[in-house]
Amino acid sequence: MERRAIITGIGVVAPTGIGVREHWEATLEGRTRITPFDAGGVPLRAAGRVDGFRPRDHVKNRLMIQTDKWTWFALAAGRLALDDSGFDPAGRDPYGISVVTASASGGNEFGQREIQALWAKGPEEVSAYQSIGWFYAASTGQLSIRHAFKGHCGVVVADGAGGLDAMGQSLRLLRRGGEAVLVGGTEAPLTPYALVCQADLGRLSPGADPERAYRPFAPDADGYVPGEGGAMMLVEEAASARGRGVRGYAEILGHAATHDAHHHERAAPDGRQYARAAELALERAGLGPEDVDAVFADGAGDPDSDRAEAAALARLLGERASAVPVALPKTMVGRLYSGAGALDTAWAALALHHGVLPPAVGTDPDAGTRGLRIVTEPTAPERLRTVLVLARGAGGFNSALVLGRAPADEEGAEEGGRFNV
Amino acid sequence: MRRIAVTGIGAVAPGEPGRERFWDRMVEGRPATRGVTLFDASQMRSRVAAECDFDPIACGLTPQEVRRNDRFGQFALVASAEALDDAGLGRDDLDGERTGVCLGSAVGATMRLEEEYVAVSDGGRHWEVDGSYAGPFMYPVFVPSSIVSEVAVKFGANGPASLVSTGCTSGIDAVGQGARMIADGEADVVIAGGTESPISPISYACFDAIRATTPANDRPAEASRPFDADRQGFVMGEGCAVLVLEDLDRARARGAHVYCTVAGYASRANAYHMTGLHPDGVELAEAVARAMDEARVDPGDIGYVNAHGSGTVQNDRHETGAYKRALGPAAYDVPVSSIKSMIGHSLGAIGALETAACALAIDRGVLPPTANLTTPDPECDLDYIPGEAREARVGHVLSAGSGFGGFQSAVVLSRT
Repeated sequence: MERRAIITGIGVVAPTGIGVREHWEATLEGRTRITPFDAGGVPLRAAGRVDGFRPRDHVKNRLMIQTDKWTWFALAAGRLALDDSGFDPAGRDPYGISVVTASASGGNEFGQREIQALWAKGPEEVSAYQSIGWFYAASTGQLSIRHAFKGHCGVVVADGAGGLDAMGQSLRLLRRGGEAVLVGGTEAPLTPYALVCQADLGRLSPGADPERAYRPFAPDADGYVPGEGGAMMLVEEAASARGRGVRGYAEILGHAATHDAHHHERAAPDGRQYARAAELALERAGLGPEDVDAVFADGAGDPDSDRAEAAALARLLGERASAVPVALPKTMVGRLYSGAGALDTAWAALALHHGVLPPAVGTDPDAGTRGLRIVTEPTAPERLRTVLVLARGAGGFNSALVLGRAPADEEGAEEGGRFNV
Repeated sequence: MRRIAVTGIGAVAPGEPGRERFWDRMVEGRPATRGVTLFDASQMRSRVAAECDFDPIACGLTPQEVRRNDRFGQFALVASAEALDDAGLGRDDLDGERTGVCLGSAVGATMRLEEEYVAVSDGGRHWEVDGSYAGPFMYPVFVPSSIVSEVAVKFGANGPASLVSTGCTSGIDAVGQGARMIADGEADVVIAGGTESPISPISYACFDAIRATTPANDRPAEASRPFDADRQGFVMGEGCAVLVLEDLDRARARGAHVYCTVAGYASRANAYHMTGLHPDGVELAEAVARAMDEARVDPGDIGYVNAHGSGTVQNDRHETGAYKRALGPAAYDVPVSSIKSMIGHSLGAIGALETAACALAIDRGVLPPTANLTTPDPECDLDYIPGEAREARVGHVLSAGSGFGGFQSAVVLSRT
């Protein structure tokens, strides 16, 4: 019997809140969580920051000094996801439970602090934890240790597409015999050296108004706003979820990734490989473009990339491209790099669970949206069974994830997560 | 069920670049370790390295490729080109949409990140760094998956593409993940491997801080001593290996030379400590056992084990324990060696270099030795092929790796 991947727990640490309930409530409020931000000399004046995050609530002191904020976010979101799922690892085979995270830039603040100590003072001032605090695998490693998960653990780096690829890895791991995967991605990119690096791409929005700085698909879109945080989810094999009487939020039906192989920086204008990622993901889910009820778009926020995405959606959906609702709740938080694919997956799972698509902010339909029907209010479409989540990474990474409603429950099974959000 | 062939190998290894120079070194048992030349290491506790004598232009890269890519990216482009050439696959021979890329790196563009940091911070004087001093192409160093894009663009790969960054098992994990892309039908050809260029002040300072690297600076050629009683830590290395993985049926149909198949792969986590290892090696043994299961081999079928053998006191002991647990009595019969004795530990690259050495060992009938093994350690009592390479025709080879974060991975390669 085919093994199936059910999202049974969601943990969010993002500008929309800490915890899935706070996050979904903020989502329905439909106002931006991007705030003014002083980026020093970098041409950026707004960012999506996690508000009210007290590291000590989530990470012991001893561990805090060994880890970057990016890992604190992952640890916090990981525990929130496990709590939300009600999944108890006790008595289960530890080799059957994995951790997979996406990371784009690792421990930026931690790394900058240690490299400053080296160059300003000398090698003896570098922390004994530099070898484990900055590198891309740190969050997966720490999550694995904290929860004693000994399965096949992974770290995916694919810029903004990585979070979605990590979700795809969870599906593959479960199909190969795993029982559960704690999976997602977080990012903490708002530190000085990290911002200098991001500025280099030339796509940061210079806008000072948080409500208008990041407007994907607007004809005059002038860039994106970076954000911090992300999400972790517990993805559980269906039999395990059923055995606990938990229905879960949604099912992961298929994943595919392609590469533009076009240019080291610019997306391929025709969107052909991007559309192909979506087609393949749908095919693997046993579905086709006609089954897509909503799309969570990548929404790069710069005209060239937006045009390429609109072209991809036109290729994929044909005449339906102007009718299928496009969800861009990321406009509330900014672009979260490794956190993006994970947070969008969480949003899509919540949408399927509640039957409500989250709104975008800052979109003016009259000003033009490249022919796309962007959702601007919380919306309950007539049919919401299959959702396509898309993500891209700089250099040409394209990733697509297909989610469906959680399988029909047996009598008495609980809906969604413990908090019944 | 699809089987995965290795049809091409490219390498930029310590010493001279190129697959054959790498293999010569393996057969001759000749360490490439020396005093660090890539930066002024006089303030460091460990001052030895296994460095690549690498001229990117001489190796075929263009000035713009050199400018866009940090050293580890340059390695990947050169080794990928050599691997594809070795496989007899030009750009026109590849079906782009069925060609994937899967590369590993533990620390990404650490060299260029550090170089640029020094300028923008003015030698660490300023926390609020000044971006006007940054060179071009900073975003690609910020997110290291850029090198995967470079390989995809250069060779026209439109299939699944990923950078795997699981610390010191990145190289072996990238090969394993690439093999699975083919097994799952997502690609027919995968450019898979690992690359690293960590020989820089911050990397040296961080491993000095935990005394993981060896302070045996007075005898650089003998500094990397896996399994030896006098081992004091690993020698930092750099380099890259790329393997062309291909569906075996397709490889045979086009008459490709097949080194071996990737018959089994598994990874587990020790969930114990970010750097520490328990002597019993239980989780590594589990990864080894699962990889052997997938390859349908018994311990007695393994003709050679390429060890992680980093040369730290704890690793070599941990690993020996793992092999005894996973292979049983056969652990005492099978030759085991660590090529880190010759090319140091290149973090996210080494797993790919070791897998390449295993493929070459099967293909060419020679098992690389463990160099510098002169005083046996009673706790490490297996046959580590001390000093000299050994001619042997083997059917199945096991390669294993361990890394910070607790990752434990194993791959089994088989003769076809």
